[in-house]
Amino acid sequence: MARTAEITAPATRYVSRFDTKSRILHVVTMTSFLGLSATGVPLLFSDATWARGLAAILGGFHTAGIVHRFFGAALLAAVAYHLADVLWRAFVRGERGLLWGPTSMMPQPRDLKDFFKQMRWFFGAAERPRFEYFTYWEKFDYWAVLWGTLIMGAAGLLMWFPETASRIVPGWMFNVALFVHGAEATLAIGFIFVIHFFNGHLRPGKFPMDLVIFTGKVSDQELRQERAEMYDRLAKSGELDTMFVPAPTAEQLRRSRIIGSLGLSIGVALVLLIVYAVL
Amino acid sequence: MRRLLVVLLFACATVAPMRPAAAQDAPKPPSNDDCQACHGEADAKRASGSSVAVDAKTFAASIHGQLNCVDCHADLQTLQEYPHADRLKPVDCGTCHTDEAVAYHPSAHGRAREGAGLIVAPTCATCHGTHDIKPGDDPNSRTAKANVAANCGTCHTGIKERFDVGIHAAALRNHNAMAPTCTNCHTAHGISRTDNNAWRLNAAQECGGCHVRLVDTYTRTFHGKVTQLGYGQVAACADCHRGHDILPPGDPNSSVAAGHRIETCSKCHKGANAQFVKYDPHPDPTNYQRNPVLWYANVFYWVLIPGCFGFFALHSALWFNRSWRERRK
Repeated sequence: MARTAEITAPATRYVSRFDTKSRILHVVTMTSFLGLSATGVPLLFSDATWARGLAAILGGFHTAGIVHRFFGAALLAAVAYHLADVLWRAFVRGERGLLWGPTSMMPQPRDLKDFFKQMRWFFGAAERPRFEYFTYWEKFDYWAVLWGTLIMGAAGLLMWFPETASRIVPGWMFNVALFVHGAEATLAIGFIFVIHFFNGHLRPGKFPMDLVIFTGKVSDQELRQERAEMYDRLAKSGELDTMFVPAPTAEQLRRSRIIGSLGLSIGVALVLLIVYAVL
Repeated sequence: MRRLLVVLLFACATVAPMRPAAAQDAPKPPSNDDCQACHGEADAKRASGSSVAVDAKTFAASIHGQLNCVDCHADLQTLQEYPHADRLKPVDCGTCHTDEAVAYHPSAHGRAREGAGLIVAPTCATCHGTHDIKPGDDPNSRTAKANVAANCGTCHTGIKERFDVGIHAAALRNHNAMAPTCTNCHTAHGISRTDNNAWRLNAAQECGGCHVRLVDTYTRTFHGKVTQLGYGQVAACADCHRGHDILPPGDPNSSVAAGHRIETCSKCHKGANAQFVKYDPHPDPTNYQRNPVLWYANVFYWVLIPGCFGFFALHSALWFNRSWRERRK
């Protein structure tokens, strides 16, 4: 009954979830990550049958190297900008909610509780957890990307400027850097193109993709279902009324779908190539 | 009996007309004895004074001893009048040795001679000799393994001097059958320039024929991976170890000896210093003694990667299962 009522409800209302800055940051991160993966994978799996072909498609090893460095710099710049932005907002503008509390990315006790409840839900022993602004898997995604970018960025810079770096670190650090860069790449590619894709886009209920990160808008009903705790908190405080936005336009949806499907296809293709190389 | 007769008659009738009528009238090609009549004289000379003597015993003992002179000197097959013209057509070894000829023509030597007209570039005879050719497994052959370096060194004197200094030449002197000589890396007939990608990439595999472990660890490095991708601009074996005067790292004269590493790395990495050359061009993440930090990194990621993927694979599978059931309700 409740389901029917939802479907026949009058014009769906939309709530603003991601501001323009966050959406641009995601597109920049996503594009550079795809670019880094595509240009890095031939070198990581240089003994695979397709490695030479893929490198050739990307303009040859030399060009692929330049593209890789360009996207590496873009990703590092995006992360640096984001960190500076968070720190400035938290400490200069006093938005302490960024550091702790319901809207913070900081892992908190409630994430552990949500996780165990989600586990019970998986086995049918409990209701779905009532999630807040960010779920525990979203926080994991966030910190994994941050950690990965910093580690890989540091290792990448070391290998980009080895002669300069050798004034600070011994040469065997280049061996470690290449190994760590490759291991983190395997982790990141596997995580983003399988786990993040599933959690964010491909799972039942979201399939084929969740456009909220591109449009920034989520339907009132989806928000209430997915993040009950957040919805109730905002509704009670009255803040929700200030967050309603016009529904995404057809053009916005079309653009989002194109960007989303491009990203998903490239990612899945790369994963298939890697699986083929490993098996 | 009747049947046999019929078959024989039939055979004669078929074969007889196929025999070229001209063959009977054509002059007999000169025999080796005919040639020896003049060339057997030890002081047989051309008008210019250069020797044209062919020692019958030497030729008979050569690998071609059973052949007729005119099998190779094919333009003399119809010779009638003696003496014949001063200059003969060059012998075409490719008539029989097809594969070698196919490899030779586009080779560095073949192109130098035939393309650039460099008459000092070698032909078959330069390396193999002429009337005294011995098979490669004969220790007296010019192309026997022990003689190859000296043979190439006739022209490539400087390279030969450097090769003699190296560990491979020393191994050859000690009759190590595995040790490479010039032709093992450069091949004998299809010798190519060494500054092209194809040769550089092939060279690493050639070294890997014996140095299996070292090439395996090399392919874990940036140098090795880029080389594997087909780009020869980064260091391969010979760039660090040198091509000819290769010496073990323990030898102070080696290009990879502790005292020479900065110089060797600096060939590509301008500004390489003592810290820089602590890089391991043959790292092994499973060897704690050699690469301790790499060893720890290896263990760390062997726990992290399967742990992370395993956890989230299970998480996603359970999630999928639950969502699927809820939607079917």
